[in-house]
Amino acid sequence: MFIAVASLTLMGIALGGLLGLAARYLAVEENPLEAELQALLPGSQCGQCGFVGCAQAAAALARNEAAPTLCPPGGRAVAEAIAARLGIRIDLAAVRDDGPQLAFVAEDICTGCCRCSKVCPTDAIIGAAKQIHNVIREACTGCGACVDRCPTEAMGMVPVPVTLPHWIWPRPATV
Amino acid sequence: MRLIERFFKEPRWGVHPDDHKRPAADVPLRVLPQPARVHMPLQQHVGGAARPVVLVGQKVLKGQLLAQSQGNISAPIHASVSGTVTAIAEVTAPHPSGLGFAAITIESDFADRWIDTDPVADPFALAPEEIARRTAAAGVVGLGGATFPAAVKFVLGRRLGVRTLIVNGGECEPYVSSDDRIMRDFPEQVVDGARIIMHAIGADESLVGIEDNKPEAIAAMTRAAAAYPEVKIRPVPARYPMGSDKQLIQTLTGKEVPADARAAEVGVLVHNVSTCAAVHKAIRLGQPLVERIVTINGAAVTAPGNIFAPLGTLVDDLLAFCGLAQAPARLILGGPMMGTLLRHGRVPLVKGASGILAFDAVEAAVPEVGPCIRCGSCTRACPMGLLPLEMAAHIRSGDLDGAIGYSLSDCISCGCCAYVCPSHIPLVQYFSHAKGELSARERAKLRTEAGKRLAEARLARLERDAREKAEVAARRKAERAAAKARVPSPQPEPQEAST
Amino acid sequence: MKDYALMMIGAALVNNVILARFLGLCSFMGVTTRIDAAAGMGLATTFVITVSSMADWAVQHYLLAPYGLGFLRTVTFILVIASAVQFTELTVRKVSPPLFQMLGIYLPLITTNCAVLGVALLLVEGRMNFMTSTLFAFASSVGYSLVMVIFAGQRERLAVAAVPRLFAGPPIGFIVASLLAMAFMGFSGISTG
Repeated sequence: MFIAVASLTLMGIALGGLLGLAARYLAVEENPLEAELQALLPGSQCGQCGFVGCAQAAAALARNEAAPTLCPPGGRAVAEAIAARLGIRIDLAAVRDDGPQLAFVAEDICTGCCRCSKVCPTDAIIGAAKQIHNVIREACTGCGACVDRCPTEAMGMVPVPVTLPHWIWPRPATV
Repeated sequence: MRLIERFFKEPRWGVHPDDHKRPAADVPLRVLPQPARVHMPLQQHVGGAARPVVLVGQKVLKGQLLAQSQGNISAPIHASVSGTVTAIAEVTAPHPSGLGFAAITIESDFADRWIDTDPVADPFALAPEEIARRTAAAGVVGLGGATFPAAVKFVLGRRLGVRTLIVNGGECEPYVSSDDRIMRDFPEQVVDGARIIMHAIGADESLVGIEDNKPEAIAAMTRAAAAYPEVKIRPVPARYPMGSDKQLIQTLTGKEVPADARAAEVGVLVHNVSTCAAVHKAIRLGQPLVERIVTINGAAVTAPGNIFAPLGTLVDDLLAFCGLAQAPARLILGGPMMGTLLRHGRVPLVKGASGILAFDAVEAAVPEVGPCIRCGSCTRACPMGLLPLEMAAHIRSGDLDGAIGYSLSDCISCGCCAYVCPSHIPLVQYFSHAKGELSARERAKLRTEAGKRLAEARLARLERDAREKAEVAARRKAERAAAKARVPSPQPEPQEAST
Repeated sequence: MKDYALMMIGAALVNNVILARFLGLCSFMGVTTRIDAAAGMGLATTFVITVSSMADWAVQHYLLAPYGLGFLRTVTFILVIASAVQFTELTVRKVSPPLFQMLGIYLPLITTNCAVLGVALLLVEGRMNFMTSTLFAFASSVGYSLVMVIFAGQRERLAVAAVPRLFAGPPIGFIVASLLAMAFMGFSGISTG
């Protein structure tokens, strides 16, 4: 009885000590994953994922606390890149991707309050006080942060129009 | 002996479809009577769209500049008839999507008056740069279908020291015979154009590859080139896709163009026979590219043949000239293998259009698609040595990266795989879909990066604003303190009153 | 020498851990969706099995057998295995973060992978000497890795194959696994041969 207890205790202490040493020598300093994930995210800090900004979202992804599909403006492309980096498979069909979106201003409702241009993460909305605002399409990332901010519901989102160079052959119907 | 020859000499790629070129190829060339209206699209080439330089209501002469090139890779557009500009608006593009693109519409005055041209008597006295400049100004692009601006290739070929010009008279697409016709009717133009291009790029020989199913063209070209030993006529076996540049280069020179490399990097440059004729016209006659020969063929056409037509003519007008026996079941711009499906005939003729095919129901029949039986026929047929069945399987399951792993980017969309597939799987459509998705992904990535830069710029701006505000506040405070020190009395500061 | 070779072939192929003894089936279905993950899992398990069987041999011969503590065998073996797994986890995390992410929960679960304890217990039953038992454990784990990689390769192909909807996913995976097991039955000819 004594031998059994003693031997198990000794083994526990010895193995625990070994693991303690290993943990010290094999410690992972800072998780390099986080920085890499942050580089994949759009970086517009729009907050649609539920985190404060892209850095926090990347940290959550690195800790495996968020799904790779968390970024609505990034759509399928970003989800795919994150999944590849994390080495996991995701069902891309489940990602809601309405394609890239653009903000627009309904000019007859806009009061020129300037609230939307203040929240735009890429300075894509121009306009002075009491003047109708407008969206610079090339700079808009389609994050939608301005839509909730507008007091008169003059902001909306539209899909980026399909033009000749952007058109894609549909995938053939599978057999 | 024949067997050995067959085994060693014949290329081990491609397919041999029934060419359907005759009788259309043997019908003498016809000239289309002036159309009442032409639509000149601003984008008939690879690269940036041209920028209009005419106004609505302006009178233009044939050959007058309508739109100038924009950017390094672009081509100008010229009027193909004399008349009045009536609109600069969208017309349906020759594109399977049926989307529109911008075009300049000219109402013809039926006078067919040319603008004053600037012919060159001796192009070989001109500097090569001048030839490239004149070719670019004439809006000459690759007429085989790639529509890459010809002058850009001249400059590239000269820079990379290309010694061999390959003149592509392969015309491997079934039904189409416009290159055949140009070699039969204007061989001296083609040979002269080839010699001018040789001068422009500094090449010392040119090999004219013509498929052996065009004996009349070979004979005519041999006669025309007899006086110029540097222009060599080389019959090549008729095999699809012989007219693709990588395959033609390999057949004629034995050199293989590496993946992701241009033909010029192995010391050859390929130009189509029609492009050579267009260069001849641009330099010798000073005429910009405003007309071309186009094959009208297919079972729905009463009198198939080759038509000399101004660019911008509607496909419907061309079909009406040849006569339609019945409403076509399918309209194709280009050849049946790589051509563009047209939704209707109200589409303008563009520079790269070699043929217009109006198929009847029998020719247009689409067989039912079956599952892949992994027979490997597509692998044998693929001229690029790819595995179409594997690429399609990966694309079907949404694994685009897997398809890239099978070198999807090397696919030239020739359609050999789909042609031989016993299950009639639309393989090329899978590849086109995947290529489109990949370029969309690339664009999305660029967009994300641009957005990130803008977001960083905004943060920097906010920081700067805050810093400047703090600085101004600090300065004010210091000034106030200094003023207080000078005037110890508690009377109000004029500065404070003003703020 | 010939005995060793025969014993190793027998352990790796004829009495394959997965396909003949049906041990470690959880990771067999769990981490075989990608070849690189399966290969990583195979390497990690090979390391754990080999190291822990060496330690277990020592424990059995110098502690359990002399003092008649046979009833503690399972507990002590699991203790050794768990430590080896912890060590492997630390190493993998340090050396290859993507592999660490890919293996996910299956890496700590090597502890409860019955192949590991199974091999250790087989060694005790077989009453082998240290050299033989180490080689046996190594050969068994190589057999495990081999089957993992083969099956992962097949599942990668299955992922792009046109499988009837009824069988898509795990069902076709199990059918393929059974075919693979039948193929491995062919190796039993070697041992009697």
